[in-house]
Amino acid sequence: MKALSSVSGPAAPLMESNVNTDVIIRIERLTDFERDELEPYAFESWRYVPDSAPDPNFVLNKGPWQGAPILLAGPNFGCGSSREGAVWALNCIGIRVVIAPSFGGIFYNNCFQNGTLPIVLPADRVEGFAEIARLQPEAPFTVDLERQVVVPPNGTPVPFVLDTLRKQGLLKGLDDLGLTAERLPEISAFQKADRTARPWIWPEQK
Amino acid sequence: MPTLFDKVWDAHVVAELGDGYQLLHVDRNLLHDLSGAKALSDLERRGLTVHSPELTFAVPDHAISTAPGRHAASTDISARLAPPFRKRAEAAGIRHFDVNDPEQGIVHVIGPELGLTLPGALITCGDSHTSTHGALGAIAFGVGSTEAMHVLATQTIVQKKPKRMQVIFDGIAGHGVAPKDMILFLMGAIGAGGGDGFALEYAGDAIHAMDVEGRLTICNMSIECGAKMGMIAPDDVTYAYLADRDYSPRGDVWDRAVSHWRSLPSDDGASFDREIRLNMADIAPQITWGTSPEHVSGIEGRVPDPSDAPDAGRREAWAAALDYMDLRPGSQLEGTDVDHVFIGSCTNSRLSDLQAAADVVGGRKVADGVSAWVVPGSQAVKRDAEAAGLHDVFRRAGFEWREPGCSQCVAANGETVAPGKRTVSTTNRNFVGRQGPRARTHLASPATAAAAAVTGKITDVRKLMGS
Ligand code: SF4
Repeated sequence: MKALSSVSGPAAPLMESNVNTDVIIRIERLTDFERDELEPYAFESWRYVPDSAPDPNFVLNKGPWQGAPILLAGPNFGCGSSREGAVWALNCIGIRVVIAPSFGGIFYNNCFQNGTLPIVLPADRVEGFAEIARLQPEAPFTVDLERQVVVPPNGTPVPFVLDTLRKQGLLKGLDDLGLTAERLPEISAFQKADRTARPWIWPEQK
Repeated sequence: MPTLFDKVWDAHVVAELGDGYQLLHVDRNLLHDLSGAKALSDLERRGLTVHSPELTFAVPDHAISTAPGRHAASTDISARLAPPFRKRAEAAGIRHFDVNDPEQGIVHVIGPELGLTLPGALITCGDSHTSTHGALGAIAFGVGSTEAMHVLATQTIVQKKPKRMQVIFDGIAGHGVAPKDMILFLMGAIGAGGGDGFALEYAGDAIHAMDVEGRLTICNMSIECGAKMGMIAPDDVTYAYLADRDYSPRGDVWDRAVSHWRSLPSDDGASFDREIRLNMADIAPQITWGTSPEHVSGIEGRVPDPSDAPDAGRREAWAAALDYMDLRPGSQLEGTDVDHVFIGSCTNSRLSDLQAAADVVGGRKVADGVSAWVVPGSQAVKRDAEAAGLHDVFRRAGFEWREPGCSQCVAANGETVAPGKRTVSTTNRNFVGRQGPRARTHLASPATAAAAAVTGKITDVRKLMGS
């Protein structure tokens, strides 16, 4: 997994509420392509008009926001399906940070397995960033994970909250598995006791 | 005072990881042919092995064909995915229910049906509708494929404890109102993000009075309001359902299990972070009009006007939804022409769902120009439905009667609704392109879907029912 410490670049405002992971990546693309091959298919239902030409009205097709590393989003971004491919697809189009008032819970966890940073900030704050981005589309925002701040163009740093476990994972480039490996003895002990306490959980092999 | 959720969660903590994160033991890890197959191959690539194969179960459902006479290689996707999935599962000692095995079905249908899903268990699957299993008093939630690999490698999962929300349905269901209508109503009431960060517990008279299949429908859609988990306290209805299922405990162990399960319901005075009370008298048959499950209305309602939306994000979403759905603000939902009807999915493909649809269909014909499918949730549902003659009811009316799988719920197997076509579906997601590129989905109960099939229009099913 790629480590992440600081990201700088334009921030694309995609402010619609409840953007779901089906829209971020269609399921059949995940059966037909590998996780690093999804660039053409990210947001395809919105990105192209029916004859497959790019839709000029879609925010990620507009000048400086093509390839923007930061996405500004509405509430409940990444809701719906658990498909981790939604994060892979964002990574394929260069997005490493998503800033939104709230996230779908599974998507949120999936981000940390793939070196992507989801930042939760109040809705008016995200809307404020979106306003700035619309006025100065090319002006870079900076996200500094170490300091836990978002710095808008020529603006004051805005702090964000992030759990230490998640922060460390991103800084070191470790997914959960990298962090759990040392816990195996505790897991064995739990299972040993559990076989006696809850035998019904342990089916006989059929 | 602990809630049901607290009791089950706390019993699974293997280690504290700081900042509120905990390492939880997973009692059942379920694998399906997309995310499960991916997790197994990722595990292999990382040179790791399956930690507890006896707690892991695999079944193909998403990518396989549901056409009559199907086999593992009937779709190109499945021809590619199914053989390595099966090979890896079996090599690891994981029980794999194959395409035409008597136990096969949609993963969230077969878990409860086989007695793999038990009260007090913690269950994961690389699938957001894992919340379904909470209907039996389990904590069950969807995970991504890397998290699923983590479970395979360690039989544990890293999670932060969510907050608790109780959803109480007061009163009893009115005529023609199904569990699906109740849960769709909740989506409208609290919104697609209303449950973000919460585990839900459903309670109230209408839940107590409900059979397990209805409870599964309710818990299934918890994720559609953002709640990864939804639960219902186990009770005698639960134990009667579970007794003698293939993997249910037997004899002394069953007795011990039941006495333990009886200690699980939330204590009197248990506190929740949020409480929602809904009155069953307010709940009519529901139908969605947009592209999020929160875009829902009573069947007598009208398409809303985006200018009435409560905030800018929703105004944008409503306008885009109406454009996609080709609906005009203010128009009556009832009477809208439909092209297709799909009855199936982990939300509504169990015997009682098919029975409810068949009760409406009986003696009627699918309307001219409408296609209609029934996809039973599992081989067991299919067998039981055929024993009850339901397949004949559907076929005589002009429905296709198909093989168990996810099918048009997600269209991963190539079974899509054609572009621009309008369908009433008993599934759980009306997202843009979910049932196929540019397909237009209205979510509804099995009875309402059946009513649309026989009238060719969105219809208030109560008008077709005896009283
Ligand atoms: S039926 Fe639909 S929602 Fe359920 S598991 Fe299959 S694809 Fe997912």
